[in-house]
Amino acid sequence: MNERELLGLADDELIIGWRDSEWTGIAPLLEEDVAFSSIAQNEIGHARALYELLSDDADALAFDRSLDEYRCAPLVELKLLDWAHTIARRWLYEVADEIRISALKESLPLAAKIDREETYHRMHAEMWHGRLRNAPRFREAVEELWPYALGLLPAGEQRDALVSRVGLAHVEAVERGTHTDGLPEIWDEMTMVRRSAPAGAQW
Amino acid sequence: MIWEVFRQDRRGAPFEHAGSVVAPDAEFAEAWAREQYGRRGESVALWLAPRDAVHVVDDWADEFDLKYRRVDGYSIKARLKEARERAGTAGPR
Amino acid sequence: MRSEQEFLEYVQGGGQVETRDWMPDEYRAKLVKFIEMHGNSELMGVLPEREWILRAPTLQRKLALTAKVQDEVGHAQLIYRVVEDLGKPRQQCLADLVDGKAKFHNVFHYPTHTWGDVGVIAWLVDAAAIISQKALLKCSYAPYARIMKKICWEESFHILHGRDVILAMVTGTPEQFELVQEALNRWWGPLMQFHGTPIRAEEDPMVSWRIKSQGNEEARQQFLDGYVPQIRELGLAIPDPKLRKNDDGVWEYSEPDWDELKHVVTGHGPRTEERLAFRRRFLDQEKWVREAVLAA
Repeated sequence: MNERELLGLADDELIIGWRDSEWTGIAPLLEEDVAFSSIAQNEIGHARALYELLSDDADALAFDRSLDEYRCAPLVELKLLDWAHTIARRWLYEVADEIRISALKESLPLAAKIDREETYHRMHAEMWHGRLRNAPRFREAVEELWPYALGLLPAGEQRDALVSRVGLAHVEAVERGTHTDGLPEIWDEMTMVRRSAPAGAQW
Repeated sequence: MIWEVFRQDRRGAPFEHAGSVVAPDAEFAEAWAREQYGRRGESVALWLAPRDAVHVVDDWADEFDLKYRRVDGYSIKARLKEARERAGTAGPR
Repeated sequence: MRSEQEFLEYVQGGGQVETRDWMPDEYRAKLVKFIEMHGNSELMGVLPEREWILRAPTLQRKLALTAKVQDEVGHAQLIYRVVEDLGKPRQQCLADLVDGKAKFHNVFHYPTHTWGDVGVIAWLVDAAAIISQKALLKCSYAPYARIMKKICWEESFHILHGRDVILAMVTGTPEQFELVQEALNRWWGPLMQFHGTPIRAEEDPMVSWRIKSQGNEEARQQFLDGYVPQIRELGLAIPDPKLRKNDDGVWEYSEPDWDELKHVVTGHGPRTEERLAFRRRFLDQEKWVREAVLAA
């Protein structure tokens, strides 16, 4: 993976972590609220570790870019404040993430660390998938997000692996490279406090 | 279903009751108890048991006040003082 | 033990009560109401803070704030479990909360405006809360006393975090210092009201039943003793010209607005309705999830 691709991975983790942290306090069950928040924190932690590989100032890299400099995939940007879609995204994301992280493990020690933590994310996603797989709204959510999930991975071997694991047909992917409406909204809120002070201000 | 959670602080320590989580099965109970009782690394192990599986014992018969079986059944201070005085080992109080 | 008098003597002598023990109806009722209000407060406290998770200006602050709020949800989980074991189901507590039939602490009815609020809440609101919570470690009802241990331990992280946020800002730009001062100006009133009207301990049934072991005024004095010096040493001004410690070591201050407190906790705070509506929306929206998951 080159630097541009690593940045994409870092941005994916940051933005999905940001989206997942939206559920803190309002998840369907208190027990799940606590567990889900840990996942969001882990994702942000992964983003931070990846940014630190790419820059001396992880916060500046995370928050001080302009909108079009972010390299995240459309999947993570979507605002999905309903549980069926949130869990559908979580599940698809974890399946896809495992494929790309495994491919990275040999060249990047950090990937092995991330992978070990992701074990719990995968357990969590599989647990929910098991419970909800027969609920029509969950199935619909998975199908709706499927083209976006494909766009998370590069076309070719990785995408084929995703198709075979999820069991849905290959469709036209929503490719990385353009952003959805979700991102400006996130960016605005995510950077509002930071932008209110001069660059380099301590927080 | 209510699951009782017992946690171990560090290796070798006793398992102590820490609370309970509501969960439909062991898989959910584990996922949730892990975070509720371990997210700050405060537990090295957990035991989870459905509340129904826990057999509560909280009443005892002590009709004849069998003090010899308890520490408070022995009052050695007075006799120890006397024994020391006799042996000449009683020091200043 | 089957008489109220015996029970009263038992708890006043330091006796502890477990879930399966006999307890007077009044004790159980007061206990449920008190503990339920605590659970509601933890849950409602999440809402003002959660907005700022999304706006946190560094990765570390985002993580720390998420962890803090996560703890609060965790506290709500622990607390509602205690209430449920006393006979009131969690879903009933949540329904009463969103229907405006149950109370939660004054501070969570107010808006947040800036990152300065984030610091003030994490540092001072949590400090005020931890004083009450430490006193609850001695609650006669043992299951509640036991969870308070975990709660107090986790709250100590919050105060550290809050103070760190404040320190970064008061040593930052003049504008950042002003954010903190401005937030303090707004929060001081609610903070002074937080511990409640000065009911004498002898007249407080919560103290007689040993549910609370500390009077309201005692808690407030402890807060002032601990935190006024810490606030002032940062160069921050406390917006009460009458605030001073007299020769007896007792803090004097302007009479808090008890009408405001009453008005707010009975559901008329500036953000009460909006936040309850927000909670209600998600409670209703995700009902299907609870049904899908909790079904055996």
